Amino acid sequence: MIALIDYGAGNLTSVRKGFAAAGAELTTPRTPADLATATAIVVPGVGHFQATTPLGGEWRDSILHALEGGAALFGICLGLQWLFDSSTEADDVPGLGLMSGRCERLPSTVKVPHVGWNALAMTRASRLLNRIPDGAQVYFTHSFAAPVTADCVASATHGRPFAAAVERDRVCGVQFHPEKSGEIGLQIIRNFLTLIAG
Amino acid sequence: MSTAPLSNLSKRIIACLDVRDGSVVKGVNFEGLKRAGDPAELATRYNVEGIDEVVILDVAATIEQRRALADTIRAVSSKLFIPLAVGGGIRSEADADAVIEAGADKVSLNSAPLAEPQLLTRLAGRYGSQAVVVAIDAKRENGRYAVFSRSGTTPAGRDAVEWAKEAEARGAGEILLTSIDRDGTRAGFDCEMTAAVSSAVAIPVIASGGAGTFDHFLDVFTAGAADAALAASIFHYSEHAVSDLKKFLRDAGVAVRLVS
Repeated sequence: MIALIDYGAGNLTSVRKGFAAAGAELTTPRTPADLATATAIVVPGVGHFQATTPLGGEWRDSILHALEGGAALFGICLGLQWLFDSSTEADDVPGLGLMSGRCERLPSTVKVPHVGWNALAMTRASRLLNRIPDGAQVYFTHSFAAPVTADCVASATHGRPFAAAVERDRVCGVQFHPEKSGEIGLQIIRNFLTLIAG
Repeated sequence: MSTAPLSNLSKRIIACLDVRDGSVVKGVNFEGLKRAGDPAELATRYNVEGIDEVVILDVAATIEQRRALADTIRAVSSKLFIPLAVGGGIRSEADADAVIEAGADKVSLNSAPLAEPQLLTRLAGRYGSQAVVVAIDAKRENGRYAVFSRSGTTPAGRDAVEWAKEAEARGAGEILLTSIDRDGTRAGFDCEMTAAVSSAVAIPVIASGGAGTFDHFLDVFTAGAADAALAASIFHYSEHAVSDLKKFLRDAGVAVRLVS
């Protein structure tokens, strides 16, 4: 079972359709305990970091427990930011903390929010971006972003370079929307499905 | 000295499908509609050619015609994995829910927020600002840009620059700015108006109305400071392929997304 966590941060129709087009059905767990049978967990989300508050507590514990059991994790947009320690958007809301660093607002030297298609600059080989060419464009819509660290597998630049995609072991995340990034995006979803199976 | 660009963000080319009763139509100056094709078919063709986004504008006049909208959105969004915005007659959260549930990523609102600006804040709270586009139809009048509602028929008593700033403050994530003077004329975008609005807000501005040649797009991305440009009929009748337009823009030094 691939679990799509619905914690109320935005509409999930497009994420479902994107995974369906890549050949996978997503199941929305009703309670954190339902994650016990998950082979992978998708954490979507748009908007303010504060919106991740419901992911604290029991959900957080169940997600970490599933990861210990070998489940894979895919954070999308706000879901990527949540993988990090924190965000200056909501200082009092902790992230999952699997990846070190703090998310910060993009600089005001450029238009923020960052909306549209921007290029991926590969920083190292990864399973998530396998066969995706350097410079491939994907669709972003966000104002805050995670730092480029050792977990970053592709960066993008809007005012400053930021983490566009991250991967460590079976934990992945993308700041862009793979379900809205055309054929490139669907390939990235298929890559994640391959990672789950591997 | 670093020579790295501040941003690698591409300028977007957006195709607008004016839809009534399940078919694409296109008006000239908001009048005289004629059929131009099946929405899902057109959207798929544009997607292959490399369109960056699609807007479905519902121009239905009756409740019966509006019922077809959700089916159209479902048909288009099942084949299209790029952003899809839907506008036309969205007056409430219930209207927005219906189109988002059918597969729209963004809702575009025109008349309703002019009457009730708080609607923007509620929708942004519910779906995020990235899902809320404010469409502003404006025409030049006595040296300012007068906003009109109800498909360009009713003066709203607002200035486009001032209304765009308020919409941004209330939670809009993008502005879709249409020049009523230029709409359907193919005489070029109103670059001055676009630049005036674009420089007044931090959110992206989509220019609309007047696209006739490739040069018009270049103008609106440079002189007009637009973040995206929208057109309808220039694409519908295969007069210019989307991919040709993008190659033209790339060769002119504009960052665009090219699909191989």
